[in-house]
Amino acid sequence: MTVPSSQSSPGTAGAPGASATRTVRALVVRTAGTNCDRETCLALERGGAAPELKHVLELCEKPVLLDPVSIFVIPGGFSYGDDLGAGRVLGFQLRTRLAEALARFVAKGGVVLGVCNGVQVLADTGVLEGVRTARAERGVGLDVNASGRFECRWVTLEAQASACAWLEPGELLPVPVAHGEGRFTVRDPSVLQRLKQNRQIALRYVRPDGSRAEYPDCPNGSVEEIAGICDPTGRVLGLMPHPERNLTPWNHPRWTRLGPRAEGEGLRFYRRMVETASALAK
Amino acid sequence: MSTVTAELDSKPRERLPKAWRVEVFRRPDLDDPDGARVLREFAELGVRALTSARLGRGFLLSPTLPRASVERVVHELCADPVLDVVRITAPEAAPSVGQGVRHRVLVMRKPGVMDSVAQTIERTLARSALASLAGGERVRALTYQAWEFVGALDARALEHAAKRTLANDVIEDVWVDREDVHFTLPDDHAVRASVSVPLRDASDDELVRISRQGCLSLTLLEMHAVRDHFRALEREPTDCELETIAQTWSEHCKHKTFAGKIDFQGERIENLFKDTIQRATRELAKPWCISVFKDNAGIVAFDGDWDVCFKVETHNHPSAIDPYGGAGTGIGGVIRDVLGVGLGAKPIANTDCFFVGPLDLDEARVPKGCMHPKRILRGVVAGVRDYGNRMGIPTVNGGVWVDSRYIGNPLVYAGTVGLMPRWAAEKSVRPGDVILCVGGRTGRDGIHGATFSSIELDESSSVVSSSAVQIGDPITEKRVQDGLLRARDLRLYRALTDCGAGGLSSAIGEMGAECGARVQLERVPLKYPGLSPAEIWISEAQERMVLAVPPEHLDAIRAVFAAEDVDATAIGEFTDTQKLELFYGERCVGTLDVHFLHEGTPRPLRNARFTPRVVADPGAPPCPNPGAMLLALLRSPNIASKEWIVRQYDHEVQGTSVIKPLVGEREDGPGDAAVLQPLAHSRAGVAIGCGANPRYGSLDPWAMASAAIDEALRNVVAVGGDPERTAILDNFSWGNCANPEQLGALVLAARACYATAVAFGTPFVSGKDSLNNEFRVGDEVIAIPATLLVSALAHVPDVAHTTTMDAKAAGNRIYLVGLTHGELGGSHYLGELGLEGGRVPRPDLALAPKQLAALHAAIRADLVRSVHDLSEGGLAVAAAEMAFAGRLGLDLSLSAVPTAELSADHDPNATRLFSESCTRFLVEVEDRHAGAFERALAGRDFARIGVVDASARLKLRGVKGQTLLDLSVEELAAAHRGGFAG
Repeated sequence: MTVPSSQSSPGTAGAPGASATRTVRALVVRTAGTNCDRETCLALERGGAAPELKHVLELCEKPVLLDPVSIFVIPGGFSYGDDLGAGRVLGFQLRTRLAEALARFVAKGGVVLGVCNGVQVLADTGVLEGVRTARAERGVGLDVNASGRFECRWVTLEAQASACAWLEPGELLPVPVAHGEGRFTVRDPSVLQRLKQNRQIALRYVRPDGSRAEYPDCPNGSVEEIAGICDPTGRVLGLMPHPERNLTPWNHPRWTRLGPRAEGEGLRFYRRMVETASALAK
Repeated sequence: MSTVTAELDSKPRERLPKAWRVEVFRRPDLDDPDGARVLREFAELGVRALTSARLGRGFLLSPTLPRASVERVVHELCADPVLDVVRITAPEAAPSVGQGVRHRVLVMRKPGVMDSVAQTIERTLARSALASLAGGERVRALTYQAWEFVGALDARALEHAAKRTLANDVIEDVWVDREDVHFTLPDDHAVRASVSVPLRDASDDELVRISRQGCLSLTLLEMHAVRDHFRALEREPTDCELETIAQTWSEHCKHKTFAGKIDFQGERIENLFKDTIQRATRELAKPWCISVFKDNAGIVAFDGDWDVCFKVETHNHPSAIDPYGGAGTGIGGVIRDVLGVGLGAKPIANTDCFFVGPLDLDEARVPKGCMHPKRILRGVVAGVRDYGNRMGIPTVNGGVWVDSRYIGNPLVYAGTVGLMPRWAAEKSVRPGDVILCVGGRTGRDGIHGATFSSIELDESSSVVSSSAVQIGDPITEKRVQDGLLRARDLRLYRALTDCGAGGLSSAIGEMGAECGARVQLERVPLKYPGLSPAEIWISEAQERMVLAVPPEHLDAIRAVFAAEDVDATAIGEFTDTQKLELFYGERCVGTLDVHFLHEGTPRPLRNARFTPRVVADPGAPPCPNPGAMLLALLRSPNIASKEWIVRQYDHEVQGTSVIKPLVGEREDGPGDAAVLQPLAHSRAGVAIGCGANPRYGSLDPWAMASAAIDEALRNVVAVGGDPERTAILDNFSWGNCANPEQLGALVLAARACYATAVAFGTPFVSGKDSLNNEFRVGDEVIAIPATLLVSALAHVPDVAHTTTMDAKAAGNRIYLVGLTHGELGGSHYLGELGLEGGRVPRPDLALAPKQLAALHAAIRADLVRSVHDLSEGGLAVAAAEMAFAGRLGLDLSLSAVPTAELSADHDPNATRLFSESCTRFLVEVEDRHAGAFERALAGRDFARIGVVDASARLKLRGVKGQTLLDLSVEELAAAHRGGFAG
């Protein structure tokens, strides 16, 4: 299915950087309840990729749609209402119908990003911990926020020294969170050890000055303030916060207090991801 | 996998459900935030004997499934292997329970009430190979909540607390320490036939009885008109016909009071609405008004080929009975209004305003049949949160107002802003177009919602009206939206509208009003069998839209919706017969002339008068301790922080947010209005704000309405909205207008709307009225205060030239723009003192528009660093908010405040601190821009009253130079967040 023009055009029409010679193609999967498709496509496009939005049912029918693509994104939202648990039903569809295709995609160097509901889906499939992680072997889950409430607020992330190639260790990134179930939880302490050994802890919540965060700077009570995890290859990244909601100079909650900025800090995140995917594809 | 050990005492008398029972709990070593919340709410009710509460998600599944299938379903779909433990109980077996558990409370929706989680399981199983039954039988599922408690409590006390915190009697059943939940699906009884209702020979008493018993809400005069119509036709009406008339003529749909004939103290008003609200828009004739008053929402030009639209609705009575479901379907309904305006708009923002009883009301003073205001507010916030967040629409603006007269009749306003291409502004229906019903299935939900919303509530409302409550399913609506906007852009339909109040009867009746329609009711997809034709026709089941589709596009549009997994069913066609013809199979169950239906409403003359309340003017008594008063005001419910609400709403989704609801150094300053940048390729924005002040209405409805408009405009102008390009919406909630005094107040408020809108040059583009907001306790009728919510949608020329209310930098100047009068009537200051009376603030209609224009020019030219409007609590509160939001000091002198002449009973300091006069702003300006700023404001009332400093203290000096208060910004911020917090 193609996306009719004006469905996506409030976000994407006339966006700077559009060009016919683009080579980095990104597939953004959507389904009932996906709701961050606009800003995700815009971020990819401004980051230098050519995004296409595809319904998961179409992708399940035609997994070959992944073949020409370098980046696969599961955007935020409430897939199927999160009725059976955050990301569960979409995770089930990917587990049962796209597991092989996704494993091949990652193996050949493809980049996978899951944001918010997307990381909940990646966790559910096990792909977040490493492709072909069996359901019973999973060690990481996303629980209800410690506050018991949905939390929409801006936070600061610190990129960790991790396997993820496009994050610069130590870099601080202001981004909004908006979720009710974003509390990274591990089955037991050995899982945390494994994540550290494999350099899978990619992003942590910190205070704006970089010091250790407590609530509300860490909005959900995540173990060790984890905000994002990558797989051992570093090519699969899942995070709860939304860098794609910080693209313009005016998204930042305190922009009226800051000096002039050319762009939002989230755009750099996407640009580097696209560059990394482009390099991997070559 | 399961850590479960104990078995509850088996209770042989219980009939245990004949279904697989699955309960999924969080691992015992993980916190349970749901349980913690429930223990807090129990403690509020005085129940403190329980030491632990944990929530289990319960599922009942078809008993014929093999155990292995159940286990697969549970482990693949219901539970997370890291977080959860699972208990599976065979059909009719007693369930096992958690360790140490003394009590279990099960909560389950009544049969037929929407259970979207069960639907998701059924749908997922139907489309996968995970579990199936012999013979292709569908796997059925129901869900429930299983609460487990540690600690001993009397069963009656537990039941009492459970019914107030865990469940709502109207839609849910509760089992306390019993396990016999039901596995029943709604009755499968035979279709009830359509019946005729003998009306032609009915006496007046009988007509009144038929109207009341049928919940038709038709007056005797209207019943006469119906009777006479059918006498002329020489037949009796069918139930379908009578229901259609009742829905179409309901106050909710027809606004017959507002548009009716009124005798106002001897003066004849032909149509109050046309004479005031519509007249202002007509006379202003703004070229950027694209479509006003005729469609689901008002449409105004935005940028290039793009328009924006805005609609605000009330959902008061359903929210009184079921706050969560009522508010959710309220927001769901107004979203559908925007999806159904023109050829459809994409929702880009939601707003919500709540008017509730005192949050600290003594439990013992909650009237019978009512919920505690706290519970109502928590419920409506959760309802808006769960619907708006799931739809992916940022909720960016709103408010909470508290008054004891809202205890039995809270007000819930929900609004949606949409974005649409210019070509989609107009719709038309042609005879021959197929009537396509899209979205959710039809059940017995919300039967009589339209007529129910037009009657007064009483203590039995929650019992008799439960069928008027609907439960929403946002993901179904999101599916509909996704399909609809794709079909729109492929231009596959010619017209559409949403199914709101009155269901199909209103939607199809409206679309076919000019031509006629023929409907086959048996084709409407049902949730469960057994609905009568009349029930199908008037059901208010949610998430449905009706489209007029040219026959040649039928296959294409069905394919678009099928790709989104959305039902789209042809249920008839539009005709040129000028008749609404209803069939069930071959049988005609109703034929109504469209002219009678839409034009046959009798227009009785209603009497209106207004007797001003005689209350002595208390003036502005001196304030002995301004610091303590300011802290009390900051904690008072209308002013206190709404952060606990705002943070539960996703106000960032879609990535368009520029000015957020909370701003400043710590993001805890109450922003005046939200600004969005809807189009990625354009820097144009929209500002969204609102105004309301029910405290003013009791004293002076004219001033109240005028001040509400001023407040909404102040808010959008303060952030950078262009007052020349601002559209406003009126939403009246009033008491019973059969009472001439209530109607008189409405006349005055409507006339104020006209005068004020014309003066400001701000047209009304949409609105709604909800009358009969009264509540009966015993013999006493309590009417809500006259409440007008004004919502404003302003064009922002460039989002880079917008501003926030937080003080930015030490050394900057602070100006006060606007004139302060001795206007403390209805003010929060007098409210704190327990005093009534006084002059109610109202804008100076000659000067105020110039004030806004001058300030806007200064903002646009980047001459200001911050702007904050003065509203509830006056200058003192505004200055406090500006200071703590910036975590900077303000040092201000009241002697410099531009002030009108004050009478002797107005203390000069108290008046300047706490008067709520309109059209005033605090503005922060850098020294280097001071000259330009003063030139921009030349000729207006304004003065430099102080400076921003690095002290992080608010210092206010009196007219004689004495220090009136000196408080740290942290004290101020703490007071501001010191109110109710959920």
